[in-house]
Amino acid sequence: MTAKKGISLALLAVGVVVLLLIPRLGVSDSLLNLLILMFIYTMLATSWNILGGYTGQINLGHAAFFGLGTLAARMLYTAGRPLPLALLVAGIVPAVFSMLIGVPAFRLRLRGDYFTIGTLALSQILYITVGNVLPKITYLPMADIQNYQILPRYYIILALTLFTIGAAYALVKSRLGLGLVAVRENEDAAESLGVNAFAHKLLALAVSAFLGGLAGGAYAYYQASYYFNYTFSPPWSLEPVNMAFIGGVGTIHGPIIGAVFFVLLKEWLVLKVGEYHLIIFGVLFILVVLFLPGGLVEAWERIRRVIVRRTRAKVTVSPACARDNGLPGN
Amino acid sequence: MSTTMVAQSLASGILVGALYGLAAVGLSLVFGVTKILNVSHGELLMLGGYTSFWLFTLMGVDPFAGIPLSMFALVIIGLIVYQLLFSRLIKLPTEDKIRTSLLVGFGLGLVLQNVALRLWTADNRGITPSYAGAALTILGVRLPYVRVASLVIAFVFLVALQLFLQKTYTGKAIRATAQDWEAATLMGINVYRVYLLSFVLGTALAGAAGTLVAVGYSVEPVMGLHWTLKALIVLVMGGIGSIAGTLVGGLILGVTESAAAVWISGNYRHVVGLVIFILVLLVRPQGLFGAKEG
Repeated sequence: MTAKKGISLALLAVGVVVLLLIPRLGVSDSLLNLLILMFIYTMLATSWNILGGYTGQINLGHAAFFGLGTLAARMLYTAGRPLPLALLVAGIVPAVFSMLIGVPAFRLRLRGDYFTIGTLALSQILYITVGNVLPKITYLPMADIQNYQILPRYYIILALTLFTIGAAYALVKSRLGLGLVAVRENEDAAESLGVNAFAHKLLALAVSAFLGGLAGGAYAYYQASYYFNYTFSPPWSLEPVNMAFIGGVGTIHGPIIGAVFFVLLKEWLVLKVGEYHLIIFGVLFILVVLFLPGGLVEAWERIRRVIVRRTRAKVTVSPACARDNGLPGN
Repeated sequence: MSTTMVAQSLASGILVGALYGLAAVGLSLVFGVTKILNVSHGELLMLGGYTSFWLFTLMGVDPFAGIPLSMFALVIIGLIVYQLLFSRLIKLPTEDKIRTSLLVGFGLGLVLQNVALRLWTADNRGITPSYAGAALTILGVRLPYVRVASLVIAFVFLVALQLFLQKTYTGKAIRATAQDWEAATLMGINVYRVYLLSFVLGTALAGAAGTLVAVGYSVEPVMGLHWTLKALIVLVMGGIGSIAGTLVGGLILGVTESAAAVWISGNYRHVVGLVIFILVLLVRPQGLFGAKEG
């Protein structure tokens, strides 16, 4: 276990160093843009996963949190407020907003599906309302656009992504995180062991909303122009769910793998088949939900187990024994 | 604000509300019996609308006469969708079944929406038979014939469904399965066949509703989520398993939306329903007319 942990840490360190050095290697801006997209999607999928994966509360309206994050950050940033403040508020606003559905839905011990369709409705309310109140395109401040710098954006969003992953890791490995999983597996049993299901679900929702809003803040700082209500639109709800499931729901590395895979596959498919890629993603999502609920992480585990079994069999089976049993000897 | 205007908005609300009721009753039937919460119901309704659109534009079939055909098309689609996807969830415990079906429906909605985008483009499509513009005018209130006919047809469907569930042997088997599938199994009911039948009945009703939407209003690829939400709002208001409640829920939603359009702003027509939905979920989760759930 410790050896495995050591390898994971080493891989993580190498990954971070590579990501830190990449901009120094004179790579094209389009690669940096692709990486930034992966970072933002990683934040989205990771934040969704805290509530959807670890706590078992399916949120089909994550766009509400992402959108509120973009809105808050963009408003403050274009008004000349400092970026750290804008990002902080981008997290706080959706976290507070999430209590609107969280407190009543979880307190009444509504069944999970009520929470789910409630989130769907809330995100749709915001999408329509923001479209009505702010039916225009938002631009970064003139100074930012005339002298658009991708490097600081790359590093800041990378830092936010590492913070998001670190926060998710710290949460799920803590006592609280175990409580979340207990609530997911069996709420009544968890309560009987003294886990306050209401508080745990609420906490997971608040953290999920905060980090989803932070992803929105990153997007607002990065994207030069977009319609105000674009970040509230249904795809921003669907994609985090899709990425978390494709990667592996309820694990830390799953959503990261899912986001990287998602962005790469999307780039490739858009070139190959254009708009048909959305159909392919929908089919892929359904297939994962039905046949591989653990996503790519589970697929890899299965393959690894088969390999381990093969190699073990090879080690333990002596040539003589193999001959007697009709197995291929080594 | 003139009385005519109020009466007009009330009438429009009732006319569209009947369609909300019809859209919701299919979803309600499927959920009540199978515990599959199919959030791609709106996309199935959309396919019903496009089927009639094709029948009308390519073959000149009158939309009302084409209702059985569009229902038949949705029976086939329903069969495929059920056998390929939802039947795999049918043996899961209820909580898992609802959760997984939400996810599958979400994915299926995305697929169907984009298939529609490829087949029929992003344009708004409507069906315009020769009598499309004609309307009945009573005391200054304008009632388009196609929408009045749609109201009547929706009502006929709901009554027929009620009679089917109350009077026929198959209908009783469906109700028995919805109440307690284990007891139903012990009584010799093949619950898996009942699940299949209910699902397909639900998609057929979506097909009929889609046709009425296409002829009275219009269809477009992104309408799915919109109609799913309408159906869910009505479902939550009306409570599950009550056809009369569903109809009343649909009418209330339609009228409330019209009232909001008149007194607040047309832009917020669809927000009002969603807000009511959240409030009902929070205050009275068993529905305004539903019995307390066990």
